[in-house]
Amino acid sequence: MENTISHIVHRDDEASKMGMWIFIFTELLLFGGLFLVYAVFRAKYSEDFHIAAMELNAFVGTANTVILLISSMTVAMAITAIQKGDKGLSIKLLAVTLLLATFFMINKYFEWSGKIHHGLYPGSEVMLGLNRGQLLFFGLYYATTGLHALHVFIGMAILAVMLFRIKSGKITQDNFVHLENGGLYWHLVDLIWIFLFPLLYLIT
Amino acid sequence: MSGLTQEHAQPSYLDQQGKYKGLLGWIFSTDHKRIALLYLYTIVVFFLVAVVFGLLMRIELFFPGQDIMSPQTYNAMFTVHGVIMIFIIVIPGLSAVFGNFFLPILIGAKDVAFPRLNLLSWWIFLFGAILAVLSQFAGSGAPDTGWTFYVPYSAESDSNVVIALTAAFVLGFSSILTGLNFIVTIHRMRAPGMTWFRMPLFPWSLYATAWIQVLATPIVGITLLMVIAERTLHIGFFDPALGGDPILFQHLFWIYSHPAVYVMILPAMGVVTEIFPTFSQKPVFGYTAIAISSLAIAGVGYFVWGHHMFTSGMSYSARWFFSFLTFIVAVPSAIKVFNWLSTMYKGSIDLKPPLLYAISFIFLFMIGGLTGLVLGSLATNVQVHDTAFVVAHFHYIIFGGMGFGFFAGMHYWFPKMYGRMYNIKLANIAWGILFTGFNFLYFPQFVIGMQGMPRRYFDYLPQFQVGHFISSIGAFILVTGIILMIYNLIRSAHKGEVAPANPWRGSTLEWQISSPPPLENFDEIPVITGKPYQYNTDDLGNE
Amino acid sequence: MEKEHKHHISSYFAHGTVLVTLLVLTVITVVVAGLKLGPLSVFVALIIASIKGTTVLTYFMHLKYDKPIYRIMVFGVFLLFALIIGITFIDYVFR
Repeated sequence: MENTISHIVHRDDEASKMGMWIFIFTELLLFGGLFLVYAVFRAKYSEDFHIAAMELNAFVGTANTVILLISSMTVAMAITAIQKGDKGLSIKLLAVTLLLATFFMINKYFEWSGKIHHGLYPGSEVMLGLNRGQLLFFGLYYATTGLHALHVFIGMAILAVMLFRIKSGKITQDNFVHLENGGLYWHLVDLIWIFLFPLLYLIT
Repeated sequence: MSGLTQEHAQPSYLDQQGKYKGLLGWIFSTDHKRIALLYLYTIVVFFLVAVVFGLLMRIELFFPGQDIMSPQTYNAMFTVHGVIMIFIIVIPGLSAVFGNFFLPILIGAKDVAFPRLNLLSWWIFLFGAILAVLSQFAGSGAPDTGWTFYVPYSAESDSNVVIALTAAFVLGFSSILTGLNFIVTIHRMRAPGMTWFRMPLFPWSLYATAWIQVLATPIVGITLLMVIAERTLHIGFFDPALGGDPILFQHLFWIYSHPAVYVMILPAMGVVTEIFPTFSQKPVFGYTAIAISSLAIAGVGYFVWGHHMFTSGMSYSARWFFSFLTFIVAVPSAIKVFNWLSTMYKGSIDLKPPLLYAISFIFLFMIGGLTGLVLGSLATNVQVHDTAFVVAHFHYIIFGGMGFGFFAGMHYWFPKMYGRMYNIKLANIAWGILFTGFNFLYFPQFVIGMQGMPRRYFDYLPQFQVGHFISSIGAFILVTGIILMIYNLIRSAHKGEVAPANPWRGSTLEWQISSPPPLENFDEIPVITGKPYQYNTDDLGNE
Repeated sequence: MEKEHKHHISSYFAHGTVLVTLLVLTVITVVVAGLKLGPLSVFVALIIASIKGTTVLTYFMHLKYDKPIYRIMVFGVFLLFALIIGITFIDYVFR
C-alpha cells in the first residue's frame, strides 16, 4: 500500500487539451457533412455553380480571409504573451482579435444584406426561379456561411470570457490551458473558412 | 492484479453526502456512479413507454384489418417507438449506464476525466428525451416518418417532424459529450501500471464505441439540421421540390446510423466479455484478438453504410463495394464469438443469470448476424428489402444483442451497484420467459418477411395471419418476462440480502472494492502489475 | 500523472512568419483562380487550401510541438473524412 499515489485535487492540462481537440473533431465533421453535400452537388452541377458563384463578391471574401488569418495570429500571440507572463499584452492582443472578428461579421452582414436586398434568399421568388444547380449553390452558400458565422459568434464569446479571466487573474503564466483551448477553437473557425473561401468565392 | 480488499473506510456512494439533500443530491451529483443510475432510471422509464407502443402495435397486428388504432396512429406508433428505442435507449444505454459506472472503476480511477461535463450530458439527454416524447403529443400530430426520417416525406409531412428531429439532434449532442469524456478518461486516467493491454475488455469496447460516437454523430447532427433548414427556411438539400437529392439524405443518414449500430452492440460485446471469464473461472481466450477486433469493427463498420440503400437506385459499383465490406465486417464479430466459446471451453462453468443472458446473447446475436448476411448480399437483399425480415433481423441484433447484453450486465453488476443480491431463482425464471417470448415474437417475422410481408404496414393479407398471431402471442410472453425481471430487480434493490464484495469470484478491479462502492471508488489508487482475468484455483478465496 | 511542463513557447516572430506565409498563399489562390484553368482549378484551390490548413494546424494549433497522439488523431479524422467523400463518390461517379 506504500506504493500508491496520494490523491490531491489535481489539474490535468493534457486532458483538457485532448477534450478540446476531440470537440474540434466533432465540429470538423459537422462541417464535413455540408462539405460532402457541396462536393456531390458541385460534381453534378459544375456549370451552374460556376455561374452562381459569379454573384459572390470575391473581394469581400478575400478581405474576410485576410481578417481571419490575422486574427488567428493575434490569438496565437496572446498565448505566447501569457506564457511569457505579459498579461497586458495578452489582453491587448485578444481585444484586437475580437475587433477583427467584429470586422468579419460586419463584412458578412453587408454581404448577406446585399443578396437579400436583391431578393436572393432561401424561399424567395428570385431564388426559386433559378435553375436547379444555382438554387442549390445559394442554399449551400447561406447554410455554410451561416453556420460558420454562428461559430464566429461562439468563438468571440469564448475569447471574451478568456479576456476577462486573464484580467481577473484566473488565467496566468502557469495556468493558461483554457486560453489555449479558446485559441484552438478560434483556429478551427479560421481553418473552416480557409476551405470555404475557395469553394464558394473562387469557382472558375 | 493486486488482491486488495478494502475496509469500509469511506461511506458508500449511495449514502447521503455533499451539499444537496434527497433528489437534488442525485440530479446535481457529479459522481459517475450516481450519474450512471440517473441514466439507468431515465432509460428504464422511456423503455417501458416504448415497450407499450410496441405492444400496442402487436395487438393491432393480431388480426387482419383495423383492430384498435387507425393507420395514421400506427404510423406515429412505429415512428416514436423507433425514435425512443434507438436514440434514448440503445444508443446511450450501455455506455451511459455501465460505462459511466464501471469504466472509471475498471481502469482504477476515481471518476471520469470531466465529471461536470458528464452531469451536463445527462441533463442534455433528459431534455432531448422529453422533446422526443413531446413530439408525440404536442402541436400538429405525432411524427409519422419512421425513425429514419427519409426525405422527401419528412420534408413534406405535416406532423411534428421538426420537434422529433431536434430531439434526435439534442440526444446526439449528449452522446458526443459522453464519448469525448470516455476517450479522455481512458487516455489520461488509467491507474499506474495499467497499460493499454492490461485494460479489461469492457473499457476497450467503450473506447472503440466512444470514437464512433464522436466521429459519426456530428454527421447525423448536420443532416438533421439540414432537414430542419429545409422545412423551416426552404433551403434545398434533399427535397426534390427544392432542387435537392433524396438519395444524398440516405447516404448522410446512414453514414451515422450504420456506425450507430456498433455504438449499440460493441459495449454489449464488452459486457459479455467480462462475464464469460468470471463464470468460467478462466482467463479470457485471445485477449488481444478481442481488443483489436473491437477497433476493427468500429473502423470497418464506418464504411458499410450503403448496405441500407441497395434498392435506392445507388450505382452498381457502390452496391458491390458496400456488400463486400459488409461481409468483411462480419469477420471481427465472428472472431469474438469464437473467443467467447473458447473461454468457456473446459472452464468451471457456473450457470448463474448473468451467464444465461450472456449465452443467449451469443445465440440471438448469431441469428441476427447470419440473417444480416442475407441482407448484405445483393441478390437476396432485393427479395427481403423493407420486409418483416429486416424488422426481425435488427430486433435480433438490437434487442437480442444490445438488450440481452444490457440485461446480462444488469444481473452481473447488480450486487456491486446496490450492495444487495437479487433472487436468483426468480431471475432464472424471468430469463426463461424473456428468451422464449423473444423468439416467439421475432422468429415468425423472418418467415412472413421471406413470404413478402412488408414492414411498417398496419394491415396484412390473410396469408400472413399465422405468423402475425404467433408473433403477437410472443409479445405478451416477452412483456411478462420483462415485468418479472424488473420486479425482481427493484424489489431486491430494497429488500435483497446483503451482497458480499465479490459474489461471482470475479478478478477485475470492481470486485476488489466494497459493494456498493465507496464514493471515491478506491481509498488509494491501485497499482496494476499484470493482465486482467488472471484466474487460478488457489487465488480465489478472497471474498 | 507525471509532470508534463515542457511547454514550447512560440516566438512572436514565428507567428508573424506563419501569417505572412498564409497571406502569400491566399494571394496565390486568388491569382490562380483568375487564370481560368478549367476543371483543374478546383484541385489547385483545394491543394492550396490544404497547405494553408496544414500550416494553421501545425503552427497556430501547435501540433508540431504537441505529443504525437494528436497528430495521429488529426490525421485519422481527415483520412476518415476523405474516405467518406471517396466512398460516396463511388455511387455518384458510376451512377
